[in-house]
Amino acid sequence: MFDYAPAPESRDLVNFQASYGHFIGGKFTKPANSYSTINPATEEVLAEISRGTAKDVDSAVKAARSAYEKTWSKLDGATRGKYLYRIARIIQERSRELAVAETLNNGKPIKETRDADIPLVASWFFYYAGWADKLDYAGLGANPMAHGVVSQIVPWNFPLMMLAWKIAPALAAGNTVVLKPAETTPLTALLFAEICQQAELPDGVVNIVTGFGDTGAMMVGHPDVNKIAFTGSTDVGRIIAKQIAGTEKKATLELGGKAANIVFEDAALDQAVEGIVNGIFFNQGHVCCAGSRLLVQESIQHVVIKKLKARMENIRLGDPMDKNTDIGAINSKEQLTKIDRLVKQGVKEGGEAWAPACVMPKNGFWYAPTIITGVSPANTVAREEIFGPVLSVMTFRTPAEAVAKANNSQYGLSAGVWTEKGSRILKMADQLNAGVVWANTFNQFDPASPFGGFKESGYGREGGRHGLLGYLKGSN
Amino acid sequence: MRLEVKKTYKLFIGGKFPRSESGRVYKLNNHKGEFLANVAKASRKDVRESVVVARSAHSGWAGATAYNRGQILYRIAEMLEGRREQFVAEIRELTGQSDKQANQEVDKAIDSWVWHAGWTDKIDAVAGNVNPVAGPFFNISTNQPTGVVAAFAPQGSPLVGLVNTIAPAIVSGNSIIAISSEMLPICAVTLAEVLETSDLPGGVVNILTGNATELGSWLASHLDVNAIDLEGTSNAAELEMLAAENLKRVIRKGSYARTGAKGSLQHILDLMETKTVWHPKGH
Repeated sequence: MFDYAPAPESRDLVNFQASYGHFIGGKFTKPANSYSTINPATEEVLAEISRGTAKDVDSAVKAARSAYEKTWSKLDGATRGKYLYRIARIIQERSRELAVAETLNNGKPIKETRDADIPLVASWFFYYAGWADKLDYAGLGANPMAHGVVSQIVPWNFPLMMLAWKIAPALAAGNTVVLKPAETTPLTALLFAEICQQAELPDGVVNIVTGFGDTGAMMVGHPDVNKIAFTGSTDVGRIIAKQIAGTEKKATLELGGKAANIVFEDAALDQAVEGIVNGIFFNQGHVCCAGSRLLVQESIQHVVIKKLKARMENIRLGDPMDKNTDIGAINSKEQLTKIDRLVKQGVKEGGEAWAPACVMPKNGFWYAPTIITGVSPANTVAREEIFGPVLSVMTFRTPAEAVAKANNSQYGLSAGVWTEKGSRILKMADQLNAGVVWANTFNQFDPASPFGGFKESGYGREGGRHGLLGYLKGSN
Repeated sequence: MRLEVKKTYKLFIGGKFPRSESGRVYKLNNHKGEFLANVAKASRKDVRESVVVARSAHSGWAGATAYNRGQILYRIAEMLEGRREQFVAEIRELTGQSDKQANQEVDKAIDSWVWHAGWTDKIDAVAGNVNPVAGPFFNISTNQPTGVVAAFAPQGSPLVGLVNTIAPAIVSGNSIIAISSEMLPICAVTLAEVLETSDLPGGVVNILTGNATELGSWLASHLDVNAIDLEGTSNAAELEMLAAENLKRVIRKGSYARTGAKGSLQHILDLMETKTVWHPKGH
């Protein structure tokens, strides 16, 4: 392996304030009830963040309601669209700054924030901007209506991208929003608040309240909220579904996954190995649609594992700000503990864990890319979402067995299929119970492409015309 | 004088007509208050048996061609038309409706089957898409049935409400456990006989008569049920709470009209999943 010289991105592009309040009604509140947000790669404190209280949530919902009634619902679609286009453009202008901020607060490699997260954020706003004056074509008949005020709660794995997936369609459809970023990754959402100011978005159309799960629960429970959009764990999704039972509130839930990545003996193996690596090690495996269960056809298991291990020896783990880094920091100590516990459980149940030798930085939270072989479908690591750079390997003999094993999960978010045989791809795609099927590719996202799960991976779709429907209702 | 041969009103599970496993029945009177029948009162075990057969019937039905499903739904309309007199008589006896009213109810039930039959091979034309993604990929979104649906038919309608509860689920390939109106269950049992003679595979539609509140909690909490339609329930909030345990898709009470000769495409789509498939374009 070549030695790489360090190639760090400059962090001068970002200036965080020492402390942040909430963004309510177009203004930042005075910071209060603070906690520290850190860089998980160094444990350095980046800023002090406010914990949202019931009062904060209430004033955010009031600001959103007032903006909805007085301003946003009165604007024509073309004007709403132009605000969204403005936001998309400002995101493009400030993309390098946002990429650095995201990497600092999340721990993911700069090459991912720079090449994937932030470009997708901009494209999401650009895409939905164009829908704002075309809602009659959304599929709900003429003059569909917005729900009103939407509470949106997003996770820490793609902080700004998840914000974009939520806010862009909601605003295009004519709703106003109260959004809570995850407690560990609030900073890009707070920079986004500044972007709303720069775009001169009317006050109260977007409100950002920071805090923990209790703040999120208040946003779900607030009586003047019409719709909930949540991305996060299945356990929290269940709590939300229960909380809104018997109310008029609607919900879109993007929850956990345990995707099967299925490799047939007639696959292009080198490409498949790249796809396996991308599927599970992209974003440290902190991906709800990660290809965390490798199902490899028995006849090629040895060659695939050998190639995979050789490829993993060349994965570079370390400073997320270095442009050559493939795997950055685990987002939090809590998540690191969970990954470690689940891998130990996998070994205890008979799996064999392997990881390449990695030099771990001294500070921060790190986990080497790991594969566990000899896993059986009943094992914990074959069933539970690990949400880390850990791949559970199983084998199959026939396509029918691959389908049965792939579908044997409470989840149904995504799946991968690797084969050079077109008819096999199409039949597998029909039979896999997953909202997204990647054939001879993995982890592709696009604002024009609906994303979302079957079963306990949640309901509703984000992306495309389907993603717009979650924020609209028919006019009768 | 010849003594009339009366029908035993039983459940419809897996294409067969069993009594309730519990041995329970409930007494049903006609609109004049005279004894009409002892109707099977389904139990928890009947619910569980229905879910098992619905699950095993699902993949075959979902895998049938849309053309085939459309023909079977149309055949249901044909069979229903053929037994119109019987349905009209049952509705009149049970509800005291006029001949005209009862005929209108049957008309709408038949026409709704025809309306739904036509949708099987058109859903994706309206609700699917080839997505223009920003990269060299073929990307397509289609819709597929969500799986096993539990549904509570409206309590106030003897026939058309049940049809507009079952048809939107099975049109796309779901299988269903439908709980009929408790006090208007007679046509439900006769509808089961229609379904049984329409080439519909056994287990795709299962119809239980009994108490919705009693059966509701078993269905709402069943982990092998994917979606629940709460129309005919009286404790919808409680059932929605139970349904959250495995994140069932929920159709809330009053979401869709059930008494017309047409359904709603959105109702059909509520019981389907959008699936998006990506493949690289290259040489």
